Amino acid sequence: MSDDNLRDPNAGPPTAAAKVALGDRISAAGDTRRRWSQKFQELPTPVRWTFGLLGLSFLYYLPVLNPPVITTTGTDFASLLAGSVIIFVIVALGLNVVVGMAGMLDLGYVGFYAVGAYTLAILTSKHAHWPWAIAVVAAMGVAMLSGVLLGAPTLRLRGDYLAIVTLGFGEIIRLLAERFDWLGAKPGISNIPPPPNIGPIHFGVLDSKSFYWLGLTIAIIIYFFLRRLEKSRIGRAWTAIREDEDAAELMGVPTFKFKLAAFGIGAAVGGLAGTLYATKTAFISPDNFQLKLSILFLAAVVLGGPGNMPGVVLGAVVVSYLPERFRFLDTSRYFWFGVALVVMMIFRPQGLWPRRIHGSRGQPDEDIPAFEDVKEGDPDLEGGAHGTALA
Amino acid sequence: MQKSTVRRFGALAVGLALVAAACGSDSKTSTATTAPSGATTTAAGAGVKCSGIKLAFIGALSGDNGNLGKNMVNGAKLAIDQFNAKNPDCQVGFDTSFDSQGDPAQATPLADKIVNDKSIIGLIGPGFSGETKATMPKFEAANLPMITPGATNAKLSTNGWKMFHRILANDDKQAPGVVTLIQNTVKGTKVGVIDDASEYGKGLADAVRSGLGASAVATAQIDPKAADFSAAVQAMKSANVDTIFYGGYYAEAAKLVKQIRDAGLKATFVSGDGSLDKGFVDNAGASAEGAYLTATGAPADVNADFQAAFNKAYGTDPALYSPEAYDCASVFLAGIAAGKVTRADLATFVSAYDAPGITKQIKFDATGEPVGNAVYYTVVSGGKLVAKGLIK
Amino acid sequence: MSFHTLISQFWPSTINGIVLGSIYALIALGYTLVYGVLRLINFAHSEVFMLSAFGSFLALRVLNVPEHLPGGADPYKTGGELIFTMVVMLLFSLAIGGASAVALERIAYRPLRKRNSPRLVFLISAIGASFAMSEAVGEWGPKQREDYALPRVFQKKVLFTIRGNDIRNDQVLVVVGSLLMMLALVLFVNRSRVGRGIRAVAQDMDTARLMGVNVDMIILITFLVGGLMAGGAAFFFEIYNGSARYSLGFQLGVKAFTAAVLGGIGNIKGALLGGLLLGVIENWGASLFGSNQNMGTVTAFVVLVLVLMVRPNGLLGESMGRSRA
Repeated sequence: MSDDNLRDPNAGPPTAAAKVALGDRISAAGDTRRRWSQKFQELPTPVRWTFGLLGLSFLYYLPVLNPPVITTTGTDFASLLAGSVIIFVIVALGLNVVVGMAGMLDLGYVGFYAVGAYTLAILTSKHAHWPWAIAVVAAMGVAMLSGVLLGAPTLRLRGDYLAIVTLGFGEIIRLLAERFDWLGAKPGISNIPPPPNIGPIHFGVLDSKSFYWLGLTIAIIIYFFLRRLEKSRIGRAWTAIREDEDAAELMGVPTFKFKLAAFGIGAAVGGLAGTLYATKTAFISPDNFQLKLSILFLAAVVLGGPGNMPGVVLGAVVVSYLPERFRFLDTSRYFWFGVALVVMMIFRPQGLWPRRIHGSRGQPDEDIPAFEDVKEGDPDLEGGAHGTALA
Repeated sequence: MQKSTVRRFGALAVGLALVAAACGSDSKTSTATTAPSGATTTAAGAGVKCSGIKLAFIGALSGDNGNLGKNMVNGAKLAIDQFNAKNPDCQVGFDTSFDSQGDPAQATPLADKIVNDKSIIGLIGPGFSGETKATMPKFEAANLPMITPGATNAKLSTNGWKMFHRILANDDKQAPGVVTLIQNTVKGTKVGVIDDASEYGKGLADAVRSGLGASAVATAQIDPKAADFSAAVQAMKSANVDTIFYGGYYAEAAKLVKQIRDAGLKATFVSGDGSLDKGFVDNAGASAEGAYLTATGAPADVNADFQAAFNKAYGTDPALYSPEAYDCASVFLAGIAAGKVTRADLATFVSAYDAPGITKQIKFDATGEPVGNAVYYTVVSGGKLVAKGLIK
Repeated sequence: MSFHTLISQFWPSTINGIVLGSIYALIALGYTLVYGVLRLINFAHSEVFMLSAFGSFLALRVLNVPEHLPGGADPYKTGGELIFTMVVMLLFSLAIGGASAVALERIAYRPLRKRNSPRLVFLISAIGASFAMSEAVGEWGPKQREDYALPRVFQKKVLFTIRGNDIRNDQVLVVVGSLLMMLALVLFVNRSRVGRGIRAVAQDMDTARLMGVNVDMIILITFLVGGLMAGGAAFFFEIYNGSARYSLGFQLGVKAFTAAVLGGIGNIKGALLGGLLLGVIENWGASLFGSNQNMGTVTAFVVLVLVLMVRPNGLLGESMGRSRA
């Protein structure tokens, strides 16, 4: 945890003795990835930019390409990408701010998602007809506000209590939406209009590709924005809070303020994802926002690698794409994700693609597990699990 | 070192690009883009030719209220099987994989799939009102004609949807039937009305409430996913009602009526077509005894030939909505037989249709509503559903 | 908001609240015991309850009780036969409750304990286990995601009437039975040797280990006892309500957990108080907002959030370690 910088960088990972086969294989993949990524960093900038652009073009070209192994048979691939995968990616990025960067367990993220979706629906369909883009911004604002309102009284609570309160929040949002007619009640809100056509890009019912491109563009913008945030003072404060909140407080970090910021920003991104969802499916009802979805969101982040943005993107893709690709998983997907959570927590709690702590003084980056793999009798053991958050 | 790294990356990139180009040049295989080929009619009755066309069903095939959807599929499938048997050169497919469990939230992504499968030229369903409301905009935008055999909410036809058609009378016709039943047959004077907050249940219950006027003395709402309805039951009990009407589906109706009887309330239990299923009797047991269930869907014996064929194919009598679904499919099949094998052509055909079906004369008005408004009722007697005919 | 409804239905609401609340209290005990000993929110405890409910179904299946008698009547039993049937149902529920709780501990939590994982890892694993269990039943159970209706062997009758409010035999059974189980638990924790071990581990696990307490066994027993409480709750719930489905655990579990927190998680008497309070508040909330069950749930959640903000340790405070349990 906090004494990593004191470790001998040449000594290798601390728990060489007890890695399980699954963990070993993933770690081996991680080593390969690290080597390649190191080499990538060493390339001259223009070359890196070219690769970046190529990769980006591939992503945009994906639904047109319909590559044979990746594409889905039972489902329309473009519709899956647009209505599910890219939205999960944005959600995962947002939830990562709360869970991965700031280290707070949020079991009710679906609440912010729902607030965004419902705000958009109300402003463009049910009670008004605002222009799409303005409605989206308003929805993000309302979601951020709800995050702040939720966080203000509750962020002083302990980790597990906070988790339960957030769960309650998510449920309250859903139940209120079900109760009140001006929120559509149980039948929901339909006829949510699509975004206005941008030149040749139409957003009709059959134009899933357009929604995907819109979502992808937004996801990329959000990614870069959050990346900068991660490297900024705020991001460092979040890391400090995540690793040891008491120490951070003692060091003068105004933890409450930054936790609230994490909540607010996470909520805004969640709300944004909600608006994309509402606009793609053109219909929302309280049943779209159940607790199950919060758990799926959490699974995307936790399985992917909390605190590591590429990791949570991977997690989001796994969680939203795999059950559609392998149809036999479809109705039993929550079962498998439940099992996956249990198994991962035992064998690889840091996720498939863990975050890295940048070494000081230009040392090579190494994977530091988010959850220490420490055994009894290990000289690094410091009196048991007492850490805050996810560290 | 740098150069060789660049070379390595370059090789990788070129390789990927080649693969991408190769794959990109393949025709897209995931979505069915084969346009349906035209059907040719030879001399009348000599068999129709067509290929690559399908009808589809979307509705509750599993979950709490899955029986109702299964009834619809059985009815429609019978019609399609009969057609395919008579027309060996025109085999119409029937895609029943779209199981929404009657839930609008689940129906929406399924609607996307249906709309993107170009070989589907006609849709039977959605089965329930909530999911119809949620998915209609998509079918409308895709010009896919649909006929629903069971979605009875009256407001569905007020949205200007040209693709919307309904084969059975809606709840604006069912509610007055319920009120007449309660007043003339059940002779209830203090009525409590409960709904399940759904598009269908609340719609029907609200219509019944206004039809009953002053005799509706108590009102409540339940959450169908909950197990305990004590708040609603209490409300009924404290108002001392002698009749209770429930707007909702059979799974919850069964639980509700059990809890009503447990509370010692002897009020007559009345409910609409959503509850008219043996699942109601099975789950409620003795508490269901004496319940009245109304429907605008025809009873099993509405057409003897149909009943016999149904029994032969499935070994059981037709249940609620099976005759309606049979009629829905028949309309589409008549269109296919007349050479209408694109969505647009079939839509025009359906809107102009005017011929007898097994449940009624099938003709749709400008908003998609059928002509005719018979309301039937059934009583639970001796642990069985006993059809009683029309409400007078 | 309808105050009129709330007042006119005050007593029936309250009675229903007490009955449901007793069931919540029993489930809450499971949460509170495990939390007191391990500081873990056993999210999957609700699924232990759900599985135990199906235990009652299994019992009746084994006893060959049909869903209905021919002609549609319910298969009521009386006298000795009734008592025998109910005892078998109770035993099956208890057995499945205890067994599933122990299995859960072994499979999902013990490996994490051995790795000294941080608390939130436990919580995530608990969530995963909860989903795995409920989805397994929903996906592969005989009726999948539909409702199961318990054959009615117990005929409900009004026992007596207080001020115009009927009190039924099943309501009395549930409340009295729950109280007896809770009393047994309190005696067990406070008077028995094993109970002392539980309190010791709850207070300070390492010291207890040093003092020679077999911590692993104590934890196993804690889960077992929690599971038995859930099994009892499931039996009473089936007598009272008679239905079950794969999501039953979630519906009731969240409320029971709220009850535990409300009373003071880790505090046994707190679970009892919290359960009863929550049942009553929930029903009042439902009446207040137009006989709408969902608003009852909203009320319960709002109460949870308020309590956690104002008194984060609950009404009676966390205290299983100290002898005030």
